[in-house]
Amino acid sequence: MDFGFCLSPSSHVKMDSVDLTTFNRLKETNPDINTCIACGSCTATCTAGHFTEMSFRRILLMLQRGKEDEAKKMIQRCMLCGKCTLVCPRGINIRKILLDITR
Amino acid sequence: MKENILIIGGGAAGMEAATQLHKMGLNPIIIEKSEALGGHIAQWDRLFPAFHPAKDVVDKMLDQVKGIDVRLNTEVVDIQRDNNGFHAVLSNNEKIDAQAVILATGFDVFKAERKQEYGYGIYNNVMTSVELEKFFRTGKDDRINHPKRIGFVHCVGARDVKVCNTYCSKVCCTTALKQACEIKEVFPDAEVYTFYMDLRMFGPGYEDLYLKTQKDFDVKCVRGRVCEVSEDMDGKLVIKAEDTLFGKPLKMTLDLLVLMCSMEKNKSIDAIQQKLGVANNSDGFMQNKDMYLGMNDTAQDGVFVAGACTAPKSLPDTIGEARSVATQVYNYLNR
Amino acid sequence: MIIEGKQKIWSDYQKDIPDDHYFYVRSCIRQAFWPGSEVTFLDITRNKLGKDFYENPYHTTCGGIAYHSDTIPQETAMTIIARQFALMHESGYENYVCSCITSFGCYTETLETWHEYPELEAKIRQYLWDSCKKEFAKPKYLAHASDLIYKFRFDIAKQMKFPLVNVKTGKPLKVVEHIGCHYSKMFPSKGFGGAEYPHVLVGMIEAWGGEVVDYPERRHCCGFGFRQYFVQANRGYSESNTYKKFESMEPYEPDLIITNCPGCPYFLDRWQYVIAEQTGKTYGKNGYGIPALTYEEVAGLVMGYDPWDLGLQMHQVAIEPLLEKMGIPYDPKKKYQGLNGKDLGQPQCPSCMKSV
Ligand SMILES: Cc1cc2nc3c(=O)[nH]c(=O)nc-3n(C[C@H](O)[C@H](O)[C@H](O)COP(=O)(O)OP(=O)(O)OC[C@H]3O[C@@H](n4cnc5c(N)ncnc54)[C@H](O)[C@@H]3O)c2cc1C
Ligand code: SF4
Ligand code: SF4
Ligand code: SF4
Repeated sequence: MDFGFCLSPSSHVKMDSVDLTTFNRLKETNPDINTCIACGSCTATCTAGHFTEMSFRRILLMLQRGKEDEAKKMIQRCMLCGKCTLVCPRGINIRKILLDITR
Repeated sequence: MKENILIIGGGAAGMEAATQLHKMGLNPIIIEKSEALGGHIAQWDRLFPAFHPAKDVVDKMLDQVKGIDVRLNTEVVDIQRDNNGFHAVLSNNEKIDAQAVILATGFDVFKAERKQEYGYGIYNNVMTSVELEKFFRTGKDDRINHPKRIGFVHCVGARDVKVCNTYCSKVCCTTALKQACEIKEVFPDAEVYTFYMDLRMFGPGYEDLYLKTQKDFDVKCVRGRVCEVSEDMDGKLVIKAEDTLFGKPLKMTLDLLVLMCSMEKNKSIDAIQQKLGVANNSDGFMQNKDMYLGMNDTAQDGVFVAGACTAPKSLPDTIGEARSVATQVYNYLNR
Repeated sequence: MIIEGKQKIWSDYQKDIPDDHYFYVRSCIRQAFWPGSEVTFLDITRNKLGKDFYENPYHTTCGGIAYHSDTIPQETAMTIIARQFALMHESGYENYVCSCITSFGCYTETLETWHEYPELEAKIRQYLWDSCKKEFAKPKYLAHASDLIYKFRFDIAKQMKFPLVNVKTGKPLKVVEHIGCHYSKMFPSKGFGGAEYPHVLVGMIEAWGGEVVDYPERRHCCGFGFRQYFVQANRGYSESNTYKKFESMEPYEPDLIITNCPGCPYFLDRWQYVIAEQTGKTYGKNGYGIPALTYEEVAGLVMGYDPWDLGLQMHQVAIEPLLEKMGIPYDPKKKYQGLNGKDLGQPQCPSCMKSV
């Protein structure tokens, strides 16, 4: 029967069922990945981010909130220029992590 | 005859002020309502940022006050002032005359059950930061049975108009991260989350503690305040918060939730404080004379304040104030 | 769960309301949704408990639905409310009780607003005079009808014929309580038990022999959300909230849901049918739904009223399995007979959820 409306998908991040395999794999070789303080410098300076959605800060969160596919899609925007790595106050090797994610 | 200084409260502030005054050749008398000196730090296991045993610090301070006049299990029940100074009556009926009074009555821990949505006292596995300290000291707590997932809620009873506490309690962010590391040490396989609004790591070594928390202890800090806690069929806790950095509401099941309770003014001194003519500030703590140059002074000459009775403070803050109050009292007596 | 913690909160949130002499006002939508509920309330309070509950034929809607769906400004809603209060005053009453939760929310909000903004009160006083030539008055006590049933729960228990117990197993029924948002979420101190752990329905369940189910999404809204429900394309949000609640309560296998709002039982009832049609899922045993009843209907059932006189045939979810669990006799032939034997007609059977 068509009611003219349907159940909306929940917008909750269900932390109980998030798959952290990729994030944990990255963590092994890049322990810095945990130390992001969400300052946003990487996004503010990002060559790609000025014209697209690209945000490394968000990519890190996506990987930890069950949105790996979105993260991988976003990474395609990256020009691998390395500016983000240059500015990160926590010294995170962002460019390397970006390369590792899709590896 | 040496001049008496009445110190009400035998916590870190009271003890340190007494030590310094004693060294200056004055006669401090500590009135402590509980059965021991030490105040709150005697309840903590290890201190941030360096995980230094609190007992060490307390023992050293106890050593320093040896030989100083102390009344335990005692309160001031009445106090009058005339041209000769202060005249106090104690709960043991003893009368003490003093030239100056130091209020060092510290703080009380916020009653977590007032934040009803967190279910403290209702859901079995919700506990306070103070109770977790006790677990670290004694290794015993019925609520802690190899938890796999643990959450910490910051700002419980602070920065919250709903409980009339709009101030920041200053030490609970650091304490949360310290406790998050400690619980990871006990249960290395557990996932630990902290839910913060702002992380206020204000002191030397505190930011390093934060880095360590992330890097070495794999604690996940989520920016967002827990808004609701409930219990599922298995007695586990279900929490809701927004991951504000991600921009999405988030839900998860936890085995244990720790509430970082704020510091509130210790109200047991209110009547005496009133008799002395010392008001409270808008946060409900004691009002000092001036935020910058008169932090130990009050509106009343001869009545001084030190430690967490005027605002939430860390131990180094408290010690610093206790030392400066001694100088202020000394100068007052030699004016 | 530490029950003492809840009991402490319950004792902190007790409100002082008299137990007699009330001016009673109906809900505009409840009479259509659950036609037996208000009649049963008046019959219980007046005839079974001997109380004075007066109803004035000139009273109207409180305007709450129009206010909540942005079709009238707050001043208009307040003037309607002022007229209701004036009627109470003219009728010689000072205690006001309403049947609807939305009304209760509007009345509370209005009284609080007048208290905070006396200039607004003065304005409404003038509007009332200009539009109706009525004298402005405020109630001394404001109650929701569920507050009264809560207050009388032990008196009702004394006259109880069918407790909330499964007659076959002897075990208490597992009952979910659902409180209308506008009962205490806006003003926690105005509700028995406050906003996080309300006692108003829990008290009834316990007094009548049932066992309360506290499940993770207990505090969540039923999803009525005026603006959502009234626009067809938005109803999915409304339904999704109910869905969330059912998914959360399902593992507890509740026998019954008790509510104190006009909208909640409606949506908790009807959306079960829609969810079943859309997803094939039902939440009761053997393909049935979970009955969602009003507090008056539950009070009526435990006191031995005929289920069809209570209007339980108006529920989408079949009530029969519950009646059988409680051992309440009923005549299936009379289900769709009106009060005077008139044939009400039979609804179509849903394809997924069992109806009888
Ligand atoms: C959970 C938690 C963890 C903390 N961990 C740390 C940490 O790791 N590092 C750090 O630097 N700081 C920490 N702090 C802060 C630290 O506890 C305070 O800075 C310190 O206790 C303040 O000392 P105080 O003497 O001013 O007050 P208190 O410690 O409160 O002492 C007050 C004393 O006065 C007595 N008293 C009260 N009223 C009366 C009365 N009417 N008559 C007589 N006596 C009275 C009390 O019994 C008590 O002994 C923590 C705080 C909390 C809440
Ligand atoms: S390396 Fe990629 S993510 Fe970093 S600044 Fe350049 S384009 Fe942006
Ligand atoms: S610059 Fe570094 S610390 Fe800042 S948001 Fe980006 S990754 Fe995180
Ligand atoms: S120190 Fe941190 S946890 Fe404590 S009140 Fe301030 S912001 Fe909140």
